[in-house]
Amino acid sequence: MFRIHALICGGTGCTSSGSVRIREALEKEIKEKGLEEEVKIVQTGCFGLCSLGPIMIVYPEGTFYSMVKPEDVPEIVEEHFLKGRPVERLVYHDTGADETAQHAASLSETNFYKKQKRVALRNCGVINPENIDEYIAMDGYFAIAKVLKEMTPDDVIDTLNAAGLRGRGGGGFPTGKKWSFAKASVSDKKYVVCNADEGDPGAFMDRSVLEGDPHAVLEAMTIAGYTIGADEGWIYVRAEYPIAVKRLQIAIEQAREYGLLGKNILGTDFNFDIHIRLGAGAFVCGEETALLTSIEGNRGEPRPRPPFPAVKGLFGKPTIINNVETYANIPQIILKGADWFASMGTETSKGTKVFALGGKITNTGLVEIPMGTTLREIIEEIGGGVPNGKKFKAAQTGGPSGGCIPASLIDTPIDYENLGKIGSMMGSGGLLVMDEDTCMVDLAKFFLEFTVDESCGKCTPCRIGTVRMLEILEKITSGNGEMEDLDKLEELANHIKSSALCGLGQTAPNPVLSTLRYFRDEYIAHIKDKKCPAHVCKKLMQYVIDPDKCRGCSACSRACPVGAISGEIKKPFKIDPSKCIKCGACKATCKFNAIDIQ
Amino acid sequence: MKSIEELMAIKEKMQSKVSLRNSDAGELRVVVGMATCGIAAGARPVLNAFVEGVNEAGLSDKVMVTQTGCIGICQYEPVVEVYEEGKDKITYVKMTADKAKEVIERHLKGGKPIAEYTIGAATK
Ligand SMILES: Cc1cc2nc3c(=O)[nH]c(=O)nc-3n(C[C@H](O)[C@H](O)[C@H](O)COP(=O)(O)O)c2cc1C
Ligand code: SF4
Ligand code: FES
Repeated sequence: MFRIHALICGGTGCTSSGSVRIREALEKEIKEKGLEEEVKIVQTGCFGLCSLGPIMIVYPEGTFYSMVKPEDVPEIVEEHFLKGRPVERLVYHDTGADETAQHAASLSETNFYKKQKRVALRNCGVINPENIDEYIAMDGYFAIAKVLKEMTPDDVIDTLNAAGLRGRGGGGFPTGKKWSFAKASVSDKKYVVCNADEGDPGAFMDRSVLEGDPHAVLEAMTIAGYTIGADEGWIYVRAEYPIAVKRLQIAIEQAREYGLLGKNILGTDFNFDIHIRLGAGAFVCGEETALLTSIEGNRGEPRPRPPFPAVKGLFGKPTIINNVETYANIPQIILKGADWFASMGTETSKGTKVFALGGKITNTGLVEIPMGTTLREIIEEIGGGVPNGKKFKAAQTGGPSGGCIPASLIDTPIDYENLGKIGSMMGSGGLLVMDEDTCMVDLAKFFLEFTVDESCGKCTPCRIGTVRMLEILEKITSGNGEMEDLDKLEELANHIKSSALCGLGQTAPNPVLSTLRYFRDEYIAHIKDKKCPAHVCKKLMQYVIDPDKCRGCSACSRACPVGAISGEIKKPFKIDPSKCIKCGACKATCKFNAIDIQ
Repeated sequence: MKSIEELMAIKEKMQSKVSLRNSDAGELRVVVGMATCGIAAGARPVLNAFVEGVNEAGLSDKVMVTQTGCIGICQYEPVVEVYEEGKDKITYVKMTADKAKEVIERHLKGGKPIAEYTIGAATK
């Protein structure tokens, strides 16, 4: 009987910060101390605070160790496991904790976790994803059992509709409705597809679910198969997710061994099996029709809709395609009921949403919050605020398809409708926080560069239109912009939105439109004053030496790699703007703080 | 696997193995002193007796067994403290694995602290 469970994160973040070595050190140490019978080591999926990895959690207390090094392991074993004294210096110190707060914060008590509500992520960081029995211990596969024994396909659809579950892959389409369309299609063969392409740069919600709780996705896909009358499922996952792929493979094998996939599932006459298809990581392959084309073995290009996949999908057969996180919610909706799920969230958006919190924020990582939580709560309470005393400027949701939320709208409750209204979108869940040092024109340019690269080239508005827009942004950020350019940007944007074939092109102008909407003055500063207020756009920056502060020491002129600085010792030096490459070496060298950026 | 019953059997077998990971569990908290003095006096078998006994008695949803450092009364080690919400802490002293079993039966399960094992009795 184990009295201690030491959970070590085996997610991608912690694996790259060295959690495997921690596990090895721990195994060795525990053996040496003869504690094998008392301490159980469990490798889990992502806990959500990846930037603090490698992370280890010790139960029953739930002590939360961050940034553990192999050298720390003997001390943890000796002090904590043997003598019961958590190693204070390794215990995560809560952000913004007051003095009364416990130092040895247990995970669930930290500000990072308190406001979260874990539904899709409930098993991530709790169970060993490579052990099907641990999933079963957490009620795993009881939902499919209930569905097979007690529910008709229509009961399942009614439950999802009553729960109000909407797609987490970006569009927010009601899941029950989608399933009912596919069920209504008459065909000898149907398919269930899971979209695990996750192409939004900076997003890793789906990866974490697959790594931390793969069986939940398999179970939900099986439920979908029963509901629409399909016997085959495909998971399309990008090849850049090797840990997720491996855990999925293990999970599929274990489920087959237990007869939870394959023929006659749980003694019924229902058959269902799942295959994996690796994607090469093109953004457009996350678009559902391109994804299906890619599974079929062709180049991943979108096809026109209608016909929708529910009518004519994979290999021309009726198909439902849902996102990983959408699936991860479903077994619990079946077990706990539609009312439970619908009790979380807002009028139109039920349940929770997982966000990958990144950018200028203290706690980067994965958070799951009830719909309707405000951006302020996410940033200030869960995220621990913007670091280095900087001011919050805006947040980007929806990645390259979305838009920004300016600081003035920080109290907006987050749900599908509200984000749409303010010109952003829920997207798949990337949430990028920006502080005052971010140039919004540069940000729009960054996302547009991404879509220009990722456009598949099938249709003209997207292939050529986005390039034209990018050219205009480049003109503006290099100081050659004219005021008419803003009108041209808007006109082009609207044309592309209305005429591109697929969602990639239709949403590509969003970052430009939303920054124009909320930060037009920054565009104008670039055009009229030839200045970048955030000092980001290099071509608009000028390094100048303040003659009152300069002591004429010549340190800067020696640091300058292009010889742009000249002067006489003990007299103020000067920078030749025609030679300056704006590398900042002079500013970093000057001891008297005499170099300014204008 | 052919039936829900088989699924249930796995769940039951496994549940006790993962219940430790629910740090919110337990109206009752059993804390065993495991500093050098406690270990020297035999706290490890006591701790293990609690972990196993609580599980066998089916109390793992209700009782959390954990350890702490030196409680400060070394001459009475092994020391075990039982915390219950809304009640005074009970401190058992000079514990053994057998006494632990009794505490599980009579106190944790039965709700009646065993006065003669407590610090109050020992200091009389
Ligand atoms: C360019 C583009 C990329 C997309 N990438 C993804 C993706 O990575 N993951 C995803 O689940 N959905 C993605 N989608 C949305 C899918 O087309 C589809 O709507 C979704 O998988 C449906 O599942 P849901 O209803 O469960 O959200 C993308 C859409 C577009 C237009
Ligand atoms: S909108 Fe862009 S990505 Fe979509 S089909 Fe057209 S060219 Fe390809
Ligand atoms: S990968 Fe370890 S916490 Fe995310």
